[in-house]
Amino acid sequence: MRERGSFAGGVEAGVVASTPPRIGGLARSRYGRLTLAPAFVWWAFFLLAPIGLVLVSSFFRRGPFGGVVYELTGANYTRALDPLYLRVLWYSIRMALIATVICVLVGYPAASFIATRPSARARNALLVLVILPFWTNFLIRTYSWIVLLNREGVINRSLISLGVIDGPLDLLYNDLAIVLGLVYGYLPLMILPMYAALERLNPEVLEAAQDLGSRPFRALRTVTLPLVVPGIVAGCVFVFVPSLGNFPVPQLLGGGQRIMIGNLVNQQFLDARDWPFGSTLALMLMVVLLALLVAQSWVLRRSREIEIDG
Amino acid sequence: MRTRNRIAIRATLTLVVMTLVASSCGGDDAVEGSNDAVEQETGPVTLQVMNFANYMPEDIAERFKEATGHSIELTLTSSNEDALAKLDASPDGTYDVAFLTSPFAEGLIKAGALEPLDHEKLPNLSNLYPEATQLAFDEGNAFSVPYSWGTTGICYRKDLVGNETIDSWNDLLDPSPALAGKITMLDEDRWILLPALKTLGYSVNTTNPDELAAAADLSIEAKQGLLGYDAETFYTKLDSGEAVAVMGWDGWCNYVADTEQLGWALPEEGSDLWADMMVIPKGSARLDAAHQFIDFLLEVENGQWVAENILYKVPNQAAMEALDPALLETYPNLAMSPAELLAQEPLRDLGEGQPAFTDAVTRVKAS
Repeated sequence: MRERGSFAGGVEAGVVASTPPRIGGLARSRYGRLTLAPAFVWWAFFLLAPIGLVLVSSFFRRGPFGGVVYELTGANYTRALDPLYLRVLWYSIRMALIATVICVLVGYPAASFIATRPSARARNALLVLVILPFWTNFLIRTYSWIVLLNREGVINRSLISLGVIDGPLDLLYNDLAIVLGLVYGYLPLMILPMYAALERLNPEVLEAAQDLGSRPFRALRTVTLPLVVPGIVAGCVFVFVPSLGNFPVPQLLGGGQRIMIGNLVNQQFLDARDWPFGSTLALMLMVVLLALLVAQSWVLRRSREIEIDG
Repeated sequence: MRTRNRIAIRATLTLVVMTLVASSCGGDDAVEGSNDAVEQETGPVTLQVMNFANYMPEDIAERFKEATGHSIELTLTSSNEDALAKLDASPDGTYDVAFLTSPFAEGLIKAGALEPLDHEKLPNLSNLYPEATQLAFDEGNAFSVPYSWGTTGICYRKDLVGNETIDSWNDLLDPSPALAGKITMLDEDRWILLPALKTLGYSVNTTNPDELAAAADLSIEAKQGLLGYDAETFYTKLDSGEAVAVMGWDGWCNYVADTEQLGWALPEEGSDLWADMMVIPKGSARLDAAHQFIDFLLEVENGQWVAENILYKVPNQAAMEALDPALLETYPNLAMSPAELLAQEPLRDLGEGQPAFTDAVTRVKAS
C-alpha cells in the first residue's frame, strides 16, 4: 500500500522525500556505486566512525587527569540515569518542544504567505529575507538579543521613556528568553520545508474543495494540512533536533541559570574532562533523536496513506 | 546488496576499532618512551608555541629571532581544555612551549607529560618574586614557571552599590535589597561553588561529598539573588549597570570601560590563587630553544607588557616594580602584593574527585 505512487507528485520536501525508483536503479549499476563512493567514505569517516568512537568510549572510564582509561564499565550509564541528569534531559525536551510548537504556529502563516505570492520575484525576495539571518554568526545574533532585552537594554529603555512601564522588566535570563532564542534561531528551518510543501500544493485541489462547498478553514484542515504534513514534520525535526542539543542559548540568554543536555555534554567534555561520561550523555541525546525520527517516519507513512485513501 | 551492506558495516566497525586501538597504543608509547632522551635539533630552529590569543607582545617573534636566531610558530588555544585536547591529540614533541593555568599544568605534571626545567638555562628566574617559587603544586618550579597570576574576588560599581561595604562573599550569596538581582557569578566549573565553599570554611579543592552537597545547597539558594552566571561578559554588565557587583577574576575586572567607578574587594573569607604557567611538553626536540623562550618572556620588559596590556598581575618582581604607579591606582587589584595573593588557596587538580565536583556544579545549574 505504501509503495504506491503518491497522488500529489512531490509533496514531500527536502530530506523527507522518498527515493524515486530511477535513482535506485542508478545506484545498482557499477557506475552508480562509484558515484556513491565519496558520499559513503564521508559518511563512514565523519558520521559512523565518530558515533562508533562515542559509543565505545561510553563504556570506559575517566582517567585521574582526564583522558580515557580502557577498562570496561557500565558505570557511566547508571550515572546518566540519576534523576539529576534525567531532569535536565526532560527540561531540554520540554524547551525544544515548546520552541518547535511556536515555530509551527509562527512559521506556517509565514510560509503560506510566501507560497501564495503570485510573482516568483516576490517569493524569492521573501525567501532571501528568511535566509538572511544565516549570513551572520549564530552567536552574534544571540548576543544581539541581550542588547535588546537586558534591563538597561533597548526595549526596556524605550518602554520606560514612553512611560509604558515604571521600572525595567526582567525579559532576559529566564526560560522565556531561552525559548525566544531557540525560536528566533531556528524559525527559518521551519519555514523553508513548509514553503517547499505549500508551493508544490496543487491549487486545483483547493479549488475543487471550494467548488464542493468547503469553507476556507475546513479546506485548510482537511485538504491543505494533510498534504503539507510531510513539510511540517520535516520542519519540526529541523527545529527540534538543534534546539534539543543547543548550548549557547541557555548559557547566554538563560544567564547560565538553567542547563540543557547540550550544556551537560559540553561541561563533561571540557570542564570535567570526563569524555566517557560526556559520550554517554551524548548517546542519550542520540537515542531521543532516533526515537523522534522513527516517529517522524511513522507520521509520514500515515500521511501518505491519507493522501492515497482520502 | 545485503551482503555488501554487511561488509560495509564490518569495514566501518573495523575502522573504528583500529582507530581506538591506535589511539590507545599512542598513549602507551608516550608513557614508555618518556625516559628516552629525544634527539635534539641543532642550529636555528622553529619553536612550536601554544598560547592563548593576544597574550604575548605582538613583536615577540621578531625580537626573539633577533636575540636568539630561533623562529616561533604560534598555535592559539581558546581555553585550557582546548590546550589539553590539542596536547592529547598530537604526537609527543609537537609543541615545545605551552601556556596552561595552574590546575591544568598540575595535571600534566602528575601525568608525567612535561619535561623537567633546567634552571641553569633560565637565568631570568631571578626576576621573579621569591613567592613565585612556592606555588604548592610545583614548588621550586621544577616543571613550570608562572607567567601571570591572580585571584577571584568581587568587582563592583562604587556609584551603584550605595552605602554597602563590599567585603564578603555573603554580599553576593545573600545580597541586600540594593544588590539583589544585580549580581553575576562566574560560570565555570571550578568557580561556581567557590563563594559557597569559602563561606562555609571549606577548601576550594574539596571533593568531600558532604561539603560539596552543603556548598551546592547554599549556591542554589543564592541563585535567587542572581542576575545570571557569566564568565565572559561580566565586566560589560557592570558598564551597562545591568549588574552592580559581580564575582570576577581580578585581571578581567580591569576591563571595565569606566575605571573611575571600579571597586574591587577580595572577600574576607578568602579566595583562590591561580597562575598561568609556562611548561615544556614531553618529547620536545628543541629543549634549548624552549628554555631560551621561557627565559626571554621572563625579561622585565615582557613581564611589564603583560601587566600593562593584559592588566594581570605578573610574578615578575622586576616588571611589577617598573610599572607606573598611576596604573596601580587606576586598577586597584593590580596593587595586590604577592604575599596577599599567596595567602589565597591555590586551585589544585582534583584528580579522581573531579566527577563528584562536577556533579555538585550540575546540581546547582540544573536547579
